[in-house]
Amino acid sequence: MNRVVITGLGVVAPNGVGLQEFTDAIQKGKSGITFHQELKEKGFSCCIGGIPKISEEKIAQYLTPLQLRGFNSTSILYGCISGVDAWKDAGFSVDENSILDYDAGIIFGTGTSGIEKFRESIYKIDDNKVRRLGSTSVVQTMASGISAYLGGILGVGNQITTNSSACTTGTEALLLGFERIKTGKAKRMLVGSSSDSSLYSWGGFDAMRVMTYKHNESPEKGSRPMSASASGFVPGSGAAALVLESLESALERKATIYAEVLGGNINSGGQRNGGSLTAPNAEAVQRCIKDALVDAKISADKIDAINGHLTATSKDALEIRNWTIALNRKGENFPLINSLKSQIGHCLAASGAIESVATVLQIKDQLVFPNINCDDIHPEISELIHKDKIPQKLIKKEINFLAKASFGFGDVNACVIFKKYLDN
Amino acid sequence: MTKEQLLEKLTAIVKPYVQNEEGFKNLNEETDFINDLEINSANLVDIILDVEDEFDIEIDNDSMENMLTVKATIQIIQNKMNA
Repeated sequence: MNRVVITGLGVVAPNGVGLQEFTDAIQKGKSGITFHQELKEKGFSCCIGGIPKISEEKIAQYLTPLQLRGFNSTSILYGCISGVDAWKDAGFSVDENSILDYDAGIIFGTGTSGIEKFRESIYKIDDNKVRRLGSTSVVQTMASGISAYLGGILGVGNQITTNSSACTTGTEALLLGFERIKTGKAKRMLVGSSSDSSLYSWGGFDAMRVMTYKHNESPEKGSRPMSASASGFVPGSGAAALVLESLESALERKATIYAEVLGGNINSGGQRNGGSLTAPNAEAVQRCIKDALVDAKISADKIDAINGHLTATSKDALEIRNWTIALNRKGENFPLINSLKSQIGHCLAASGAIESVATVLQIKDQLVFPNINCDDIHPEISELIHKDKIPQKLIKKEINFLAKASFGFGDVNACVIFKKYLDN
Repeated sequence: MTKEQLLEKLTAIVKPYVQNEEGFKNLNEETDFINDLEINSANLVDIILDVEDEFDIEIDNDSMENMLTVKATIQIIQNKMNA
């Protein structure tokens, strides 16, 4: 079994595009949530959201004029930017004449690759103009559009695929890539996930009343995981990518190693015991975390910090309870915990990847980034864990073991354990 | 519209899809879109849509199949415009 390490990171987030900008943002606790007139005009209850800011010049650095003809998919755009950045960050070149690398593959998840492009196509078909779709409709609307674009840009020849498991997607992609390298089927895997900036993606959540409508006048205060005044999640969008590599390959290349992926687990609550299409089976969540520790071969008391799923809905307290049971740690003995969603909202299919990058950066920089908007910790949470375990500002600390979990509609769970890389 | 004017317009239309610049520099009536310009075959339908927009014509499926060279394309455009 191969050890698996992380050698490259790329991120497109609402509060920072590119690794440096994102690192600065998460350490400062910078909110990427803004008001969007378009949502208000369409009658959304929640008119705030997180959308990465990307200039036309920046886009032109990643996609050719030909690729940009008839291009209408932010999910593919974000995926390509983060994927190319991660690949270069790992020390690989991006060159259209590069030699095909059969030992490198891609698992890049998404909810839907281009809902805006899909809408455009549907309108044309309804207008009896199916032939006007041209060649761009299929590749931009297939779920595997992002991995397909990236596969060609990077020139990689191992498995190129897309996974989709709602808000677990990004963390699942990471673990699928991890397994592939661990079992020797690939040496390098670019893993990540992407979610588009579109009111058509967000509308259904607005209709379910799971997004907050109380902060349209104060967008930066809107995303409030673990807070007593949390009133629903704030939608976000973006992408992130990580280059996973066998330790052997990384050492051979003398690559910079950000962290080691020690293990993890993916499971489902089967929509039983309180679980449903939209709610988690608590027992399965606890089991997922415990099994991740077993897979990583470490005990729960080793965990220095947790990056939670914690969306700012009524389920936050249940999630904290699940962590306390799974780790058998509570009160002052609980690890530090944070939620990146307080800064960037819930980036849905992209959340697991963006949050994993943030988690890995905590190991790299040996710190825990702050939660914002939870100075009023929910009483059900403060009954379970000491308030100091929910940092309100950056904490410098030795971080050796970190747990990151994501949970999604369909009652699906994923938990990954990262470790500071030590060469022994 | 003269053949020269037509060729000029067609050259501008295919330019963004070209992957062989050398072939594009030598573009003439005998030029084959796929063999000489290395245009991705999927993009041929985009060129046809652009041609339709530029010349305000509609190209039927049978004609589309023949639009593989500059010569054939000019011929089809002329026929449609004179129809």
